[in-house]
Amino acid sequence: MTLDEILVSLFPDGHEVRKDDGVVAGTATLRSGGRMLVIGVADRTALGVNEAIRLSEHVLESIDRGSGPILVLVDSDSQRMSKRDELLGLNEFLAHLAKVLIHADMNGRPTIGLLYGHSAAGALLATGLATRVLVGLPGAEPAVMDLPSMARVTKLSMEALEEKAKSTPVFAPGLSNLEQMGAVHMIWNDAAPLASQLEALLADMPAAHDRRDALGKQRGGRPKAADISERVRDLALQVR
Amino acid sequence: MTASLDDVARAQRARRTSFNEASARTRLELMLDAGSLVEFIGPEQREVSPHLRIFDLPEQFDDGIVVGHARLEGSPVFVAAQEGRFMGGAFGEVHGAKLTGLLRAAREIGSIPVLILFDTGGVRLQEANAGELAIAEIMRAVMEARTAGAKVIGLIGGRSGCYGGGGLIAGCCSALAVSEPGRIAVSGPEVIETNRGVEEFDSRDRALVWRTMGGKHRRLLGAADVFADDTVQDFREAALELIGLVGAFGPDRLKAEHERLAGRLRRFGTCKDAVDIWTAEGVADAETVPDLPADRFIALADRIGRTSRDAR
Repeated sequence: MTLDEILVSLFPDGHEVRKDDGVVAGTATLRSGGRMLVIGVADRTALGVNEAIRLSEHVLESIDRGSGPILVLVDSDSQRMSKRDELLGLNEFLAHLAKVLIHADMNGRPTIGLLYGHSAAGALLATGLATRVLVGLPGAEPAVMDLPSMARVTKLSMEALEEKAKSTPVFAPGLSNLEQMGAVHMIWNDAAPLASQLEALLADMPAAHDRRDALGKQRGGRPKAADISERVRDLALQVR
Repeated sequence: MTASLDDVARAQRARRTSFNEASARTRLELMLDAGSLVEFIGPEQREVSPHLRIFDLPEQFDDGIVVGHARLEGSPVFVAAQEGRFMGGAFGEVHGAKLTGLLRAAREIGSIPVLILFDTGGVRLQEANAGELAIAEIMRAVMEARTAGAKVIGLIGGRSGCYGGGGLIAGCCSALAVSEPGRIAVSGPEVIETNRGVEEFDSRDRALVWRTMGGKHRRLLGAADVFADDTVQDFREAALELIGLVGAFGPDRLKAEHERLAGRLRRFGTCKDAVDIWTAEGVADAETVPDLPADRFIALADRIGRTSRDAR
């Protein structure tokens, strides 16, 4: 689905969401009559220092003056790979965006990510993976790293990697792999109105508590993460 | 407090030991109060990565990270130290889950600071999806721990630097100490060159790498609060200083950080090189900064360098 199609399907009661140089921002009316902040990255735009500061500004302003949940739409490249961005401290700008989203979520502004196109690496960490619930749309193509690059690093052939990818979701790109990890909570049906699926999610939002590791265990994608983090936590609490 | 003989011996060794060259375990042994470290899920439990065998790669019994509880100058701290010599210190499923669990305990207790000794290239590619998600969980856990009152201090001076998602976690910490070899960035030099060409970034130009991503630039830019000389004792002292300095987290910090970063873009957004930024900051003979010994650099940074205090 295109961004415009998604916005129309999500918000039949209207929206004022605009796109400017790949940065999406605005507000929309929910079925319930409430308002929602919408931000995002579109057109497979790389997330650099300029984009990150604009997005975090929208969220901070909304924390001060707005209300309601926050939607983060994602169709991005990876982080912008350039000398300028690293020189200026891209890690701080991406972390800042993630922190602002996490802070909002912990303080009465529940966050939902909607992955409808591509995304990768640092861009995904600062957007979709910094929300409470990350939803995927069919056709979304997240990739922590693409297979050709991985073939270079691991010194394995593409054929060997593709063969391995069939038996494990742990390294290969793709929406269903991230779903098995517990990173993507659910995949919506793009043939049905998105508005009702959004309303259903908002009516039944999971608690702010991060339980992606438990999801990854249930779905078989991450056999050890939930148990290891729980054991370390328990041991650490005993030393008091 | 009277230091025990063990601690005197520890401090002597710590002053002679390069943080950069030491292993994760040696860093902890020499940085923390003598004999105080209690490790959680140590190598004897052999909780190895469940994924490396798919690639016929050797496992390590601690999956490249040590987490535990210890004392620093008598006070309790939680610590996590990445081993940059195993898979470049990269985040895999088990490696990341250990740090997540430690941070979740810090959130529940609220008063015990967490020291993270970063030494990482970012996500472990052989388990890329699990590693990426581990980093997202750690970022969330850092912010929850800070919101609950815990201080999370990052120490960066290892051979693998602090790259990829490690750089984003560092950006979530309450404060950072960095040494000259401690590079902080998202995309590594080779990654930029591979994707954008050698004209954009020449990864073999080591001087360019250091002045763009290295500790001196990060300190002058205000991305790190303290510059440490490359000894384990210096990092110990930096950690103590930062634990003493850091205040409570709140929404005002995020607003201050926003102003700090937006101001940086306005001031330096058109600079082509780190030397241009240092010159704009008022450093005389900015091109000599990379050659300054630590003591002279620290004096310079304390005089003109920005900090992110109360603004991160």
